[in-house]
Amino acid sequence: MTVAPEREDYDVVVIGAGPAGLATAATSAEAGLATLLLDENIGPGGQVFRAISSTPVTDRTQLGADYWVGADLVQSLRASSAEVIHRATVWSLDRNLDIAVSVGGASAFVKAKRVILATGALERPFPIPGWTLPGVMTAGAAQTMLKSSALVPDGRTVIAGQGPLLWLLAAQILRLGGRIDRILDTTERGNYFAALPHAFAFLTSPYFAKGLSMMREVKAKVQVVSGVTELSASGEGQLASVSYVAGGKRETIATDLLLLHQGVVPNVNLAMSAGVEHRWDDLQLCWSPVLDASGNSSVPGIAIAGDGAGIGGANAAVVRGRIAARAAVEALAPKAAAKLPAMATLRADLAKAERGRLFLDTLFRPAPQFRIPSGETIVCRCEEVTVKDVLDSVAIGATGPNQLKAYRRTGMGPCQGRLCGLTVTELMAQARGKTPQEIGYYRLRAPVKPITLAELAAVPKSESDVKAVVRG
Amino acid sequence: MFKRSEQDRRPQVQIFVDGVAVTARQGDTVSAALLASGQDARRLTAVSGAPRLPYCMMGVCFDCLVTIDGIGNRQGCLVPVAEGMQIEIQKGKREIGK
Repeated sequence: MTVAPEREDYDVVVIGAGPAGLATAATSAEAGLATLLLDENIGPGGQVFRAISSTPVTDRTQLGADYWVGADLVQSLRASSAEVIHRATVWSLDRNLDIAVSVGGASAFVKAKRVILATGALERPFPIPGWTLPGVMTAGAAQTMLKSSALVPDGRTVIAGQGPLLWLLAAQILRLGGRIDRILDTTERGNYFAALPHAFAFLTSPYFAKGLSMMREVKAKVQVVSGVTELSASGEGQLASVSYVAGGKRETIATDLLLLHQGVVPNVNLAMSAGVEHRWDDLQLCWSPVLDASGNSSVPGIAIAGDGAGIGGANAAVVRGRIAARAAVEALAPKAAAKLPAMATLRADLAKAERGRLFLDTLFRPAPQFRIPSGETIVCRCEEVTVKDVLDSVAIGATGPNQLKAYRRTGMGPCQGRLCGLTVTELMAQARGKTPQEIGYYRLRAPVKPITLAELAAVPKSESDVKAVVRG
Repeated sequence: MFKRSEQDRRPQVQIFVDGVAVTARQGDTVSAALLASGQDARRLTAVSGAPRLPYCMMGVCFDCLVTIDGIGNRQGCLVPVAEGMQIEIQKGKREIGK
């Protein structure tokens, strides 16, 4: 499983084996294109279908029908001729479509005619006071442990935040016999009114009935506090309590495990490092790549499918994957495209899959105080930089995220801005009276995940490579 | 913090955490095994020495950094356990030679 790629050249290289990547690679390979799928995880599925081939949660009702859809996608991929490598970390992609991938501690290089990025989403940073304490995790982290290892919370557990995933996770924890003491809902009251004009599409989408029944299931068993406007975690070296304000009243509860979630945002690191143009999305409050209707980016040959193309959910991700794959087939093997579903059909599927999204985006748009923290709250977890540090730097001349690196090393730790980038952009934009688009983002570069110098030094090199850097 | 569901029938795998034997399950990641073990698995950060546990479990936060079989700064959430694996909790920066 952890072997290097079989070839040096491929028609299509797909990066990420979540909903979009699975669909993309299967479609591309079925059409006869030499296809390589590279994925960082132990098995296929990405986050939504995490551990789909290995989960110990065998009672199908517990993870739900939407989860098991992933098994069909994996089956289609396995029936295709796509080469699949797991535990493969892509650390470089450039405009020449050269890809560097680390597999089993050694790096290999492959070249593609088309690259389709399916690097998906990650959870939006939730920078509250105490969010770095042991015992504070993301809701997604708990769901990962639940799906892949059938692990559920058993101490005093609080789930805080908003969004569909939060309710799904809570339902799954309860079904598996886990413990939840309280759910703190941070959805802003005003969002319900703002979302109202988009309610019809939502009410007629599959999200509605499913979401409602899940919320009922959870509310029957757990105390839910809505309208939470302040939230903090505290403890000495370990989470001890969670404090919150709802309806103007503060309450503090003893807590062992706090699970945070306020939506997901595109995982942009690899695409940005390849030079793909991104723009600030004012509704989803994140960076999204500039793409055409087939997912093609500003860099010729690089397309993006799935949540990395802007958050759309798993169903939309699958369809976007098929659209990007079809576009690649049309470009590289036009005759084979005739066998695939027509583009018009796929676009209709996408419109259906995206139905209700606008309502969800508006309803679950996170409140400013949970995106733009204040005071001594840590912004950059890796370099342990606080809001005050950032604002002090702005006061003495730091103009944007890239200048801030020189002042404070924000974004220069191992996570490379994944957990602080959005916060830094919005915080600096607010402090300087600019828009996030004007303030910009970190300039991301390869390697987009840390690799050792020993691994770099061991990369095969030609005589001319050596000549280029050795004197005499 | 976490317990295993009774339906989990995966075979056991023995790993060692700072020399102490810990029972994990086949398919667990190192981070999941550590969180399920009930042991103190808190690392200390390289910058201030603050204690941390895994935060995201999906390869993006790097709060699960751990020494595995003598190699430091591995992302424990991306590495599956293997029989006899030697885990060391990192106290501060990765050490030279590890």
